[in-house]
Amino acid sequence: MSFVEELRLPDLVRPFIRKIASYEGPPIHIMEVCGTHTVAIFRHGLKGLLPPAVKLLSGPGCPVCVTPNEVIDRAIALAAVPGHILVTFGDMMKVPGSYSSLAQAKAEGADVRVVYSPLESIQLARENRSKIVIFFGVGFETTAPTTAACLVEARSASLRNYFFLSAHKLVPPAIGALLTSGDVHVDGLICPGHVSAIIGSKPYEFIARDHGIGCVVTGFEPVDILQALSLLVEMRTSGRPSVVIGYRRAVRPEGNVKAQELMRTVFSVGSSVWRGIGEIPGTGLSLSDEYEGFCATRHLDVKLRPVREAAGCSCGEILRGVKSPPECRLFGTACTPEYPVGPCMVSTEGTCAAWYRYSPSTGAGSGGSSERGA
Amino acid sequence: MCLAVPAKVVSLEGEKALVELGGIVHQADTRLVPEVKVGDYVLLHAGFAIESLDEGEALETLRLLEELVKAEVA
Repeated sequence: MSFVEELRLPDLVRPFIRKIASYEGPPIHIMEVCGTHTVAIFRHGLKGLLPPAVKLLSGPGCPVCVTPNEVIDRAIALAAVPGHILVTFGDMMKVPGSYSSLAQAKAEGADVRVVYSPLESIQLARENRSKIVIFFGVGFETTAPTTAACLVEARSASLRNYFFLSAHKLVPPAIGALLTSGDVHVDGLICPGHVSAIIGSKPYEFIARDHGIGCVVTGFEPVDILQALSLLVEMRTSGRPSVVIGYRRAVRPEGNVKAQELMRTVFSVGSSVWRGIGEIPGTGLSLSDEYEGFCATRHLDVKLRPVREAAGCSCGEILRGVKSPPECRLFGTACTPEYPVGPCMVSTEGTCAAWYRYSPSTGAGSGGSSERGA
Repeated sequence: MCLAVPAKVVSLEGEKALVELGGIVHQADTRLVPEVKVGDYVLLHAGFAIESLDEGEALETLRLLEELVKAEVA
C-alpha cells in the first residue's frame, strides 16, 4: 500500500464518471474550496468528464491568494529594515503588494529567506543572534500547527530575536460567510482534505444543517474527487445534504487533536481580512496572550504607505467564485504567471494560474474545458 | 499551499524522522503525530508529519471501489 498507485487504476473511476454523466436535472453548482483540489481537477482534466449541468466553481481556498495587500506590505516593510531577516514560504515571494513584492524587495537588498519548513526559521534565529528574524506565516489549518510548533520552540529556547507575522486563516467560518453573502450560488462543497486532516469533519456540520448544502471531505486523487462529485450530485438529487468523509485514510471525524491543542495554545481566534471578501469574524489567527511577545505587528514598528489595489484585477470576484479567470480583462494578457498582476496568478494553486496552465487557449491544453469555453 | 503527500517513515529518533517519498529520503518532524512508528505512512507538509495514514481505512476504501466496479460489469 503506497496510498497513491493503488488508487490510480483507471477502472476505479468509471462507475463515478458514468453516474455523474447520467445526471439530467437542473444545473448543480459545486464549489471546490481548496486550491490543491483546483489544481488536481485541472491537471487530471476532470472538468471535461462532467455533463453541462454539473458546474464546478473555485472557492477562496488558496491562502496566498486571500492574503490582503496590507499584510504583504507589512512583510515587505519589515524585510526592508537593516538587521532584519524575513523568512517565508516560496509561494509568497512573487505576490504583489501595493507597491512591490518580497522578490523585488530582495532584489533591492532586503534579507528575505525562503524556507520549506517553518522550523528552518528557528535555526536562522539561532544562527543570527545579532539580527531580528521574522517568520511570515501563511496558510490555513494545515499549516498553522507547524508554525505553532515553532513558536513553542522559540519560547522554550527564549529566542529574543524571533518574531512572527501571522497571515494564518481558518476555513470553515469563511465558507459560512461566503454562503451567507448570497454572492454565489452553491449546491455542494468539496471540502479541503488536508485542512480537514487537522480539524476533522465536525466544523462543516453547520453548512449541511443551516445552509442545506452537502459537504464531502475528499482527497486529491482523481477517484477521490469523482467520488465526491458523485456523492454531492446524489445529495442534491435526494434533497438530503450531509457531511461525509470520503478521505477516510487521512481524515478522522475529530481531526488531529494534538495539532488542535497546539494551535489553541499559541493562537487566539479573531477576525481577519480576506482579499476580495473583506473582514470575516472568527477566521484569523493571532498570537495568544502567552505568545504575544513574538508578535511582529505589535513589537516591530514600520511605516506603511496607504494600501492600494491593482487596477482592473478581478482576484476578489474570482476568490468568491463570482467570476472565472477568462472573465477578467487582464487574464492571459496583462496578467500571466511570468508577470502576475494579482495573487491568483502568482500562486501555483491560484485559480488563474491553474486556468492559465491547463486551459487549451492559454496553456498546455491537457483538459480543463470550461462551462464558459475558455 | 495545503499540499501534503504520503511518505513512509523509515527511521525515527525522538521527534525527528526520516521519511521516504518516491525513493528520496526527507526529514520530517513528528511532534504532531506522536504515536507514529517506523513503517507507517504519514502526510508530509512543510517538513512536518501532520497526520498518520490509516492503512485499514485505505484498504476498505479500495475494497468498496472495487465492488462498485464489479457491480457495474455484472
